[in-house]
Amino acid sequence: MAMPMESPISFTNVGRIKWWQRGIFASQTGYVLLALAVLLVIMHFASPYFFTEGNMQNVAKNFSFIAIATLGVTFVIITGGIDLSVGSMMCFSAMITSMVMTELSAPGSPAGALFVHMAADGKTVLANVPGLILLVSVIAGLGVALIAGLVNGFCIAVLGLSPFVTTLGMLSIVRGLGYVVSNGRGSFPGGPDADYFYAATSGDVLGVPVPFIYLMILALTMAVVLHHTSFGRHVFALGGNEKAAELTGIPVVRVKIEVYVICALAAGLQGIIISGWLGSAPANMATSYELNVIAAAVIGGANLAGGIGGPLGAIVGCVLLEVIRNGLVLAQVSSYWQQTLVGVIIILAVLVDRIRSRMT
Amino acid sequence: MAHADTTPVLELTGIGKEFGAIRALHDVDLHVMPGEVVGLMGDNGAGKSTLVKIIAGNFRPSHGEIRFGGSAVHFSRPVDARAVGIEVVYQDLALADNLTAAANVFLGRELKRKFGPVALLDHKAMAARALELFGELRSETRPDDLVKQMSGGQRQAVAIARTRLSNARLVMMDEPTAAISVRQVEQVLGLIHRLKEQGVAVMLISHRMPDVFAVCDRVIVMRRGEKRADKPIHETSPEEVTALITGAKEAA
Repeated sequence: MAMPMESPISFTNVGRIKWWQRGIFASQTGYVLLALAVLLVIMHFASPYFFTEGNMQNVAKNFSFIAIATLGVTFVIITGGIDLSVGSMMCFSAMITSMVMTELSAPGSPAGALFVHMAADGKTVLANVPGLILLVSVIAGLGVALIAGLVNGFCIAVLGLSPFVTTLGMLSIVRGLGYVVSNGRGSFPGGPDADYFYAATSGDVLGVPVPFIYLMILALTMAVVLHHTSFGRHVFALGGNEKAAELTGIPVVRVKIEVYVICALAAGLQGIIISGWLGSAPANMATSYELNVIAAAVIGGANLAGGIGGPLGAIVGCVLLEVIRNGLVLAQVSSYWQQTLVGVIIILAVLVDRIRSRMT
Repeated sequence: MAHADTTPVLELTGIGKEFGAIRALHDVDLHVMPGEVVGLMGDNGAGKSTLVKIIAGNFRPSHGEIRFGGSAVHFSRPVDARAVGIEVVYQDLALADNLTAAANVFLGRELKRKFGPVALLDHKAMAARALELFGELRSETRPDDLVKQMSGGQRQAVAIARTRLSNARLVMMDEPTAAISVRQVEQVLGLIHRLKEQGVAVMLISHRMPDVFAVCDRVIVMRRGEKRADKPIHETSPEEVTALITGAKEAA
């Protein structure tokens, strides 16, 4: 690759780093992507069902169910933080969304009166635009995620509490609130907009599952934000050297709060999508999903020490986990083995990266 | 312009600082001329770093006045000091290892291009400007290499290039030669000469006597929070400076 400009310096002592030793080729994401490709080939020969359209759709849908939250948590991990509250957040946002939707669709209730009324033949009729109830309830679901994210960010960035402890507390708080508002019962999306809700969360467009489309849009947006905006650059700088970031005048507190808010919103959106697929938001939904999400991010190359990570890695991590799960099912191995194998892969992925960085 | 050359870029009068009952600095007067390299020496606890932090805007002085380029200034945050043209190269360099050289140079003041409502980073312009700065500093540093893969001298060049970006008029360097190899020390001293050539005043805070005598025009010695000596380098000797630092000689 030639220098784009006339070089005023002659590089006599400083060689150019070889292309295979930089960028994606020198990252854990690259190695795991390679491992994933090998795994796909093996799966192809091991099971004739693997590469069928139905199974592929299934895989695409299943990994999309954790991948959006993984994108969010990757932002936090790049800054050197952690967010353990994503699983609870998924549940709480989904629950609020379906509860608000049900509430707004009930003609007798005070809030519902604004949106629906009872027709003469006893049917519920929309008072205004179709889809408005859906919009309001999704905004309500994301709104609670936003608040939880702000609280996380405030405690960590302003009060200086440890991210682990703060978000561990938030995990419990949000899960508890979920039980409080639902009284331990699940809630179901209902009313005239429920069909839109199901179409927008678990439908498909031209055979492509909708969650997968959301995922691709969000991942591309994330790639642009991380690598082509100053916010993204500050996120990386924060993870690389927080003190330096502060000394160079980066608004450290604001960036930190923003990443926790992004993470909470991603988890909330993920929860809403999952509830569309499940057809309900049970109070124990997405329990311990934070571990899958963080595992996927770490397998994909996000470094818990901060400074490294990206959307490709997050997705690769999720795909790898899902392909292994899917493969074990097709191979008729007991699904109890899945968790053990996931643990082995986490350690292997990090180990390979450690060995590689020792070698160079 | 002739006038500008006779106005000190930095002038401190009667600067004092107390932390509770501890008197860290007492009645320090000093000035730095444009293009002058001043060595600031002293043992641990002599008040060097307090003085640097006051000039850099980390602390406010309890007494005294700071004049920069002839006018009185009051800094409440480091950003204020940077705004008038004071840059600090920190001992640990304050670089983000996981970013490229160009990204580090432009950290916190990235160049952007507008695409409708969004402003995206202008990678090309930043790489070109960074390469230009490394050229001025005669450092073989590639703008798109990661800082973690660089030598100590290159890292110094990146940290110093950052100060050139804003056309700083005073650069303070905190122990720039403390933890690097002999060849790299040479490079860093070369970088200081480059800054001087361009009319930038440099304050070099260092423990290393040979480095101070190699590049500085003047040396200031601090001891127990007071300025004990302020001499042109050719009128003093390493032996005298050592005596002043340890207190074997009270003042000169």
